[in-house]
Order: sequence, then C-alpha cells, then structure tokens
Amino acid sequence: MQRLDYLKESPSQTAGPYVHIGTNPNWVEITGVWKDDLGLALVGPETRGERILIEGTVTDGAGAPVRDALIEIWQADADGLHNSPAETRGTADPNFVGWGRQPVAEADGTFRFETIRPGQVPYPDGRVQAPHITVWIVARGINIGLHTRLYFADEAEANAGDPLLLRIPEPARRETLIARRSERDGIPVFTFDIRIQGDNETVFLDM
Amino acid sequence: MNNSYFQRDRDWHPPALTPTYKTSVLRSPRHALLSLPTTLSEETGPVFGHDILGPLDNDLIRNFAKDGAEAIGQRIIVYGRVLDETNRPVPGALVEFWQANAGGRYRHKKESYLAALDPNFGGCGRAITDAEGRYEFRTVKPGAYPWPNGVNDWRPAHIHFSVFGHAFAQRLITQMYFEGDPMIWQCPIVKTIPDPAALDRLVAALDRNATIPMDSLAYKFDIVLRGRRSTLFENRLEGN
Repeated sequence: MQRLDYLKESPSQTAGPYVHIGTNPNWVEITGVWKDDLGLALVGPETRGERILIEGTVTDGAGAPVRDALIEIWQADADGLHNSPAETRGTADPNFVGWGRQPVAEADGTFRFETIRPGQVPYPDGRVQAPHITVWIVARGINIGLHTRLYFADEAEANAGDPLLLRIPEPARRETLIARRSERDGIPVFTFDIRIQGDNETVFLDM
Repeated sequence: MNNSYFQRDRDWHPPALTPTYKTSVLRSPRHALLSLPTTLSEETGPVFGHDILGPLDNDLIRNFAKDGAEAIGQRIIVYGRVLDETNRPVPGALVEFWQANAGGRYRHKKESYLAALDPNFGGCGRAITDAEGRYEFRTVKPGAYPWPNGVNDWRPAHIHFSVFGHAFAQRLITQMYFEGDPMIWQCPIVKTIPDPAALDRLVAALDRNATIPMDSLAYKFDIVLRGRRSTLFENRLEGN
C-alpha cells in the first residue's frame, strides 16, 4: 500500500519547573539577555474596547495551588477580529496584539491579566460564539498544554447559545468555563479559577 | 471555508496521567477532553516580528556572558526547520529555548542542585524561522540533571523548546534530546511518550556536515506542528 506522506506532529513534553527561564527570564532574574519578557502587557492607551481584569488561580487535584504554572491567553479585539494573518474578515485593532503570558504568583498560584472584553467570533457553521478568551496552561507535571476557554458571566444570553458550551455533555460542567463577575474601582473583574482535577474540574478542550 | 487543523493524535502525544512521572498524578484532568473542530479562535495566532530579537538572542554562549567571556562547556550548534504535518515550512515562527548549563545546573531561583552556576551562562534563547522555516542557535551542551521523582532519577541532557506556529492550535512545548544518550530510555518524563517512533522525533541527530571544524559540533532538530486541512471538494473555488 502507498504511504500517506503526512509527517507526525512533534510530541509534547512537560514545560518543567523552570519554564520561566525561557519564557520570562527577567522574572527569574536572568537580566540583560532581552529587555522585556513577552506578553506581560496586552493593553496600551490606544487600545480600543472595554478594559477588564481577568484573575484566577490554578489548583491541582488536592486543591493546592500550582505555583509554577504559566498561563497564556489569546483573544479577539473589541470588534471580534484577531490580530493574525489568518484573520479573513477584516483588520484587527493594530494596538491590540491579543496575546498575553503570565507566570502565576509563586505565593498562591494566582494570575492576573489586564485586557479588553473580546467581541464575537463566528463558529465555522456561521452561528455566533459567545465572547470568549482562549486559555492555555503549562507547568511541571502537565505533559501536554491544557487548553480551555474563559466565558463571561454577564453574557448569559450569548453563553446560552454558544455552540461550544452547548457541546459539553454535562450542563453543570459548563459553569466551569464561565468567569464570575465583580467590580473594582469601576473596572469589571472576571474571576476564572482553573481546577485541573477533581471537584468542579475545569472542562479542557481537544481542538 | 475550511481552515481547520488536523486533530491531534493523542495516542502519539503523552497522556496526561503518567504515574511514574509523579507530579502528573495530581496535575492531570480526570474527565475526558471535549473534542471539537477548530474555529477562528484557534486557527489564528500571534505574530512576532524580527524587531523583538537582539543580535545575541540565539547565541547562548555569549548572550549572558560578561566582558567578552564565553560560557563553559561543549560548544554546539542546534539547527533545524519548523514544518507542519503536510511537510510545508512554517516561516515566521517564534522558537524559544531554555536549558541547564554544562553541569546540569539551571539558573532559576528555585533550583538548589549543588553543581555550580556558570557566571557566563544564562540558559535562554530565541529565534524566528526564516522563509524556509529554518532556525539555528549556538550553545553549550547541557549536562544531565538529578530530580526528586524516584530516589535516583536523572534527566538526560535536554533542551526545552516552545514553538508558536501560525495558529494558536499549533502551540507546542517539547524537549530535545541528544543522539546516543544512554539516559534517554531510563527517564520517567521521556517514558510518558508511549510510542518509540514518537520519541525518535525528539532525539536530535549529530550532524558532522554542519559542524564548525575546531569550534562547534552540530545537532539537527526538526519540529513538526499540526497541519491545516485542505479539503479537495468543497462548494467553492478556493486556494489554501
């Protein structure tokens, strides 16, 4: 039989406990190699859209904080456009890259992103997806990056029709992807706790 | 429009729960992943311009060294291409790498291994692939490294890689090992990979044709990211 000539994807390996040497060297006091660690700031004065804060924790199957995790987010701009050549529907806000990266705090496993509320992005069949942010977690003990999505508690109507949320077989588990809303100094704060294993385990995606 | 990406072969990648790598026990989901085709949210990804790179970003022998000094260790060049599963180059891909020094010691505040730090070695580097998907960097070969898993577990010499393709769906972190290292097959992290053919993809070959005589050995390490689907028959004419 002829062989299909596809290559196989390089297999994943854990990022390990010292991932920050490569991703956030200044944060671990390897200074002078490059000026700024990438991905720390998403929003500048020119960025369009509603400012929001994303906060949360990463916990393991014993409820303990995962103190060495690294979190990346990827999202559309305020109009639902991605700052990527693969975006086909228009030109995204040039003052919003849409990608961020933060190590969690060593003390308690918390993370925090200052960003903007994303606009809506269509599902492949044309349905509207509720506003969401792609979240990717790597750490020691995680063999392949965990991929999930953050949705917003104050978008209940959109969430109710979201094609991805509707595909989660157990409706109660949809709640694990919906960040709780509060407010601080007039800015919406969305709390997104990522539970890798156990009670209220976050839904993780194979996309 | 069909821009979706090949589904990941999760029997080829390491599973989440691999108890001989002990930290995975509490850091692996117990529920099944939710499998879906990619959407625009995953088919797009950040772009990194060459303007982020400094002249020594891919030279770990010198990028942390003081006053013209150089890092101590076996001088090597690591080079290769970033391709996708359809064998096409991935140009403009940001590749980040990090490693221990020649003695196996990481420069990290939480690291306590007694092997000495090298004052002229930081351990981080990065490159962006060219039009053919090529990258290269210069470093010293990292040493093996003991870690608290089993009583006497040692990591083989390795370099960590983080790769951004054109889509967030392609995001990948992995590790590169060195041809002929007898420690590869005793490592619980290596053994999280179930298929020996998959492990082969992470073992860089010594390439004597790429050495610099009287200067540096060379290892070739190609990285493959997920491929984009291209459906032959669709109800529209469209390139991909």
